[in-house]
Amino acid sequence: MSLPVRSATVTATCLALTVGGFAALMIAAVTGGGAAPDLAWSIPWIPALDIALAFRLDGLSLLFGLLITGIAIVVLTYAAAYTRDPAKRIRLIGLLTAFMVAMLGLAMSDDLIVLFIFWEMTTIVSFLLIGFDHTNPTARRNALQGLLVTGLGGLVMLAGFIVLGNAVGTYRLSEVIAAVPGLPTEVQTAALLLVLAGAFTKSAQVPFHFWLPNAMSAPTPVSAYLHSATMVKAGIFLLARLHPAFSGHELWFPLLTAFGATTAVWASVQALRQSDMKLVLAHTTVMALGTLTMLLASSEPVAIAAALTFLIVHALYKSTLFLMVGAVDHSCGTRDWTALGGMARSMPLVAVTAFLGAAAMSGFPPFLGFIGKELKYEGALALTNEPSLVAAAIVLANAMMVAAAGIVALKPFLGRPSGPLAQPTRPAPRMMVWGPLTLALLGLLLGLMPDRLAGSLVQDATVAILDRPYEMYLALWHGINLPLMLSVVTVALGVAIYLALPHLRLIAERIARALPWRADSAYDRSMAGILALATGLTRVVQPSRLTLHVGAVLAVFALVLVVGLWAAPPELPALGIGDVTAWEAAAIVLVAGGAVGACVTRSRLAALTALGATGTGLTLIFLTQSAVDVAVTQFMVETLIVLLVAAVIPRLPRLAPDRARRTPGYWLRIALAGGIGLMVFLLMLGLAPPVDRTIPAYYEAQSVPGGHGRNIVNVILVDFRALDTLGEIIVVVVAALGAYALLRGSRRVGKDAR
Amino acid sequence: MNSIILKAGARMLSALLIALSIYLLLRGHNEPGGGFVGGLAAAAAYALIALSAGWRSARRALPLDPRAIAMLGIGVAVVAGLLAALTGQPFLTGLWWKEAGLPLGTPLLFDVGVYLAVVGGVLTLLFAIEREA
Repeated sequence: MSLPVRSATVTATCLALTVGGFAALMIAAVTGGGAAPDLAWSIPWIPALDIALAFRLDGLSLLFGLLITGIAIVVLTYAAAYTRDPAKRIRLIGLLTAFMVAMLGLAMSDDLIVLFIFWEMTTIVSFLLIGFDHTNPTARRNALQGLLVTGLGGLVMLAGFIVLGNAVGTYRLSEVIAAVPGLPTEVQTAALLLVLAGAFTKSAQVPFHFWLPNAMSAPTPVSAYLHSATMVKAGIFLLARLHPAFSGHELWFPLLTAFGATTAVWASVQALRQSDMKLVLAHTTVMALGTLTMLLASSEPVAIAAALTFLIVHALYKSTLFLMVGAVDHSCGTRDWTALGGMARSMPLVAVTAFLGAAAMSGFPPFLGFIGKELKYEGALALTNEPSLVAAAIVLANAMMVAAAGIVALKPFLGRPSGPLAQPTRPAPRMMVWGPLTLALLGLLLGLMPDRLAGSLVQDATVAILDRPYEMYLALWHGINLPLMLSVVTVALGVAIYLALPHLRLIAERIARALPWRADSAYDRSMAGILALATGLTRVVQPSRLTLHVGAVLAVFALVLVVGLWAAPPELPALGIGDVTAWEAAAIVLVAGGAVGACVTRSRLAALTALGATGTGLTLIFLTQSAVDVAVTQFMVETLIVLLVAAVIPRLPRLAPDRARRTPGYWLRIALAGGIGLMVFLLMLGLAPPVDRTIPAYYEAQSVPGGHGRNIVNVILVDFRALDTLGEIIVVVVAALGAYALLRGSRRVGKDAR
Repeated sequence: MNSIILKAGARMLSALLIALSIYLLLRGHNEPGGGFVGGLAAAAAYALIALSAGWRSARRALPLDPRAIAMLGIGVAVVAGLLAALTGQPFLTGLWWKEAGLPLGTPLLFDVGVYLAVVGGVLTLLFAIEREA
């Protein structure tokens, strides 16, 4: 079986899966006969925690599902042509498909925990895809950044989900949503803030936006699919899904409006600064996400419908443009629009794609983008508070989008070639040209027949969010009204920005430079801070000298003992020297003699032998207490310890001679050791008298009938508390393997050093 | 260590120790002993071989790599627990077959797992230190 054959099989399988999913969703959409589908399916998963693999297909998840699978068809075919290397192609196609499955699961889950798991799956697959080029340190760094930012947000969101689940008493999403408005206000507030952290990090709202432009180190099909059309919309999806639960909360509107507006405006300034077309598109994606967040702040049906229409529009044109840029990059070897020009002649189809995509992005009629933009204005103007502010922010962001569309569609293809790079060196593969063109044409088609598919999809999704009937009508021509006038203003403003681009870029650059700090470098600093903290802490708690390490452990132990004995002084029984048996006397002599000997001697071997004597004394004590099992085990352990240490001793340095006495901590160490000895002695005295017999009595009674054995110790080990024993042997083995790896590792390092 | 007495004695002694370790393992349920002590005794037997005849011969006297023995031990213990789970009872419930005339049961199998894990773990450590020398 050769690799190319396998790669073809993998591609075909993944593509079939995608097309199948798309077809199934289409059937669900069409057979509804105008009514929104509402299919639910669930099996118990963790019944003890009331978690079920519950899925639900309603208008909102259908809209997302169609976008996820539909764009995946184009992206997968594109990706198959994008990578020549079969091994890489398998990885890329496989990961993209895994991502699609995760995203579908996310859109359809009806259980908060299941939703969270799919959410994290998209984060992890995104990590693998951003770092796809894993030999490139920048790609690895950016992948880690995306993982940490969205992963941290995800964890905070999980906390919010748990708050919700505990407060409502179930994790079933549909029930939670219905119950949230009835919860106490402070619970609602806590849950809202926690969940928003997840949504805002995933959907790259300022100040968590910086990971998204950095994620552009992923291959182009990944940027088109994950980081513009689908994954970054997961946060938007969550906002839409939880809209009925939280939109009544007093913080919902101000938070979403503030974050959305800041993000949209800030990202548009950033977009103009970039010369890499992928980065221009990435920043306009952030801008679009801000706009979507802003629109979802409202509870007006027309604003929700505007958000959902814009979601479709954006997914279509943004993936089109990303894939188009990938084709240009493939042919010319650069994505820098300042270096490109006049390529319409040599790449006519790619140029047409770019023009179509840019027209949709700018919101020209008769594209769906135009309808989306009109709806946005209508939605913004329908807001109950601050309509003019939101409308102004959207007009500004849209004008910037017109200019950005000009950058990626006009600059590279019109004008005169500005250098040798502007000449395509190799033609783009057919699939890399036709795929994006299909998406662009789809945007046009949906705009020409707005109420056929997009209209009913958006209406069903809006109804699913608002849970009340809503009749919407998507049309190209609404008559001359305020939204249309705003559209004209937008285009005029956009053209003006485009024409003034060189000046504006200088200004944008100056603004960016003038900022006291940037989110990206703040991330770097906090990462460096965490590492420095960890290193510092390790230096304190695990110094390289074993004596200091042991000293710290003993000091803490002594402190606990002193505090404990001081807080609750034990009643000391009278010491009866007279009733010590000969065996006990022998044991005491061995233990005490061994301890003193180990302290006094200056030879490690002698110290080892002395400790062995102590251990043997302990064994004797166990024997006198008729704990034969413990005694035998203790004896074996002592033997093996002597063997182990004897094997190590030849390689240890000699014990430091008299000099040790002059080291500063010498008397402190003696005080510590003596103090601990005294404390333990007092503690044992306090504990010695009557032992509580309840537990031993239980085991004595149960050993034979319950465990079929007379040796209580062993019955406890292998039967009553077998799970503990299993854990312990695993610890023994893992510790041994760890030591093995350390010893082997140190040897290899030594060899390399030589 | 070059001692003829040790070399000659170690061979017999180690065999005796291993027999003793198995005896400890088997009697453990009713008399002092068990998998843990048995495992330690067996490890001591191999350490004795190593001290007298060298670590290489000790390693050769083992049927498997000590790491594999350790993993095998954990595997056996888990299987002993899973047998109960297969019959619908909680993981690690003791099952007994007294029909054979001998008190056999999953706790014994579990103890065998403990024995192997301890032998494997201790020998992994000993051999690693010695090979490092």
